[in-house]
Amino acid sequence: MKRVYLDHIAATPLHPLVLEAMLPYLKENFSNPQSLHSTGQEALVALEEAREKLAELINSSESEIFFTSSGSESNNFALKGLALTHREQGTHLVLSAIEHQSVLHSVKSLEKLGFTSSLVPVDKWGMVDPEDVRKTIRKDTILVSIMLANSEVGTLEPVAEIAKICRSRNVLIHTDAVAAVGNIPVDVKELGVDALSLAGDQFYGPKGSAALYLKKGTRILPFIDGGIQESGRRAGTENVAGIVGLGKAAEIAKREMEERTQKLEPLRDRLIDLLPQKVEHVILTGHREKRLPHHASFCVEFIEGEAMLLNLDMKGIATSSGSACTSRALKASHVLLAMGIDHATAQGSIVFSLIKDTSASDIDYLLEVFPPIIQRLRGMSPLYTQYLEEKKK
Amino acid sequence: MIYSEKVMEHFQNPRNVGVIKDADGVGQVGNPVCGDMMTFYIKVKDNRLADIKFQTFGCGAAIAVSSIVSEMAMGKTLEEAMKITNSLVAEELGGLPKNKLHCSNLGADALHKAIEDYRERQKALKKDKPARSPSEEKCYCPYCEGLLEDLEDFCQKCQIELEKCPECGEPTKKGEEKCIHCGAKKQRI
Repeated sequence: MKRVYLDHIAATPLHPLVLEAMLPYLKENFSNPQSLHSTGQEALVALEEAREKLAELINSSESEIFFTSSGSESNNFALKGLALTHREQGTHLVLSAIEHQSVLHSVKSLEKLGFTSSLVPVDKWGMVDPEDVRKTIRKDTILVSIMLANSEVGTLEPVAEIAKICRSRNVLIHTDAVAAVGNIPVDVKELGVDALSLAGDQFYGPKGSAALYLKKGTRILPFIDGGIQESGRRAGTENVAGIVGLGKAAEIAKREMEERTQKLEPLRDRLIDLLPQKVEHVILTGHREKRLPHHASFCVEFIEGEAMLLNLDMKGIATSSGSACTSRALKASHVLLAMGIDHATAQGSIVFSLIKDTSASDIDYLLEVFPPIIQRLRGMSPLYTQYLEEKKK
Repeated sequence: MIYSEKVMEHFQNPRNVGVIKDADGVGQVGNPVCGDMMTFYIKVKDNRLADIKFQTFGCGAAIAVSSIVSEMAMGKTLEEAMKITNSLVAEELGGLPKNKLHCSNLGADALHKAIEDYRERQKALKKDKPARSPSEEKCYCPYCEGLLEDLEDFCQKCQIELEKCPECGEPTKKGEEKCIHCGAKKQRI
């Protein structure tokens, strides 16, 4: 059976060159980078080289990179660390309604400690209006957190503009750039942010390797107390192989990003243009132009996401859905609801996220097998029957 | 795979999908807010279910549940069909993931509603209006099987807050010493 992987947002495959770069640190050189002997020092050199490569990818300096274990950890580190460090200036936080759970739940935890927060809405394309951020910032606001790209609907947020507002109001700005870094050009100086989260498994690096960028001079409490690793801000023996892999993935991303985008964008557009043409009542979610180059997300009306996902899986196609049934909490996607999509339509969420090896024939295969699946599921949907009855009238 | 073989088999080849235009009874439960909605149509002859058809908006479990309920009830007397319970349905399917158990309630409920509708019609209380329940914005608590008043992380009816079991990762009653799913003892904070 043909196998088509279209779940980039969940995890990317490990680039063969990344694996190759990692292997020595899983085999021969198992040393602790803090050891003074020569193999320990070799590991330290590899670690610092990775830091340099990652810094180059986002145009920061090496000392502004702090390695972590996941994008979620980076978000927790940034939100909790910055809020707690600056609480004497105020206790109010501003974030968008479509942030990742690791941001939303970090803020939930902070609220138990006495912080308060305001959610900035998004429009029907999932986009934040910088003016809304300006209006939401209060005297006691200390931190704004707005994501750079949303993994569920692909929309890119105007973070540079928002950062400008934050600077003028003397408020810190963090951006969750996990879905963006390594896939679109990200320059921390152009963005003007104080903190930025990124993760290796979103650009062909290994899982368990991520980082937080923290602008020089930004005060932050340690996230893990202990030794001197990561300038004492995030203690614990470093995941050397993972970090080396992250560095290699960053190096390759910098080199190949443009080429990847040039290849994937037309495939994405083909899917976005043709699927709604082939099947009626299929709606694109997220912004048509301002979106990730590898991301095509839809809501298929009258049917439910998990049923689609399982059927596609039987045809060898791996995808994601934001439907309530696919989430363990059995709740519809907060992102789609925030965009004003109703519950029934949000249940039909399906996300296709392309990887660098996705081919035109993969997309053609999807376009061939998906419409009959939709028709079959609609054939057993009471909502579709209702719709057809109402149409007759 | 998260589902048993039998669930997947029914999901792929659901029995008795469709609509009976001149049905003797119609039952509809659930709504898209919870993620599942089912409509059952029945034909009754000599107090037995002569034909059953269903339509389902929902996940793999919901579709499989509808299918097996229709199969279990076909040919049964109305009294026998009323005795089909959610646990019998789940058992017949070789088990369901814990957080999908509420789907099995829906299947039996939709069938029972169709039978009740038939009985109402027989009593001539209703003439030919199908018993379409108003699509209330309510969900069933997947764990205590009560009605959720809103979309919170707890069931207001039984006043249970839900939290993730550190052992199996399944949601379980908050404050309970043992996880209701895997039986693991949770640390008391």
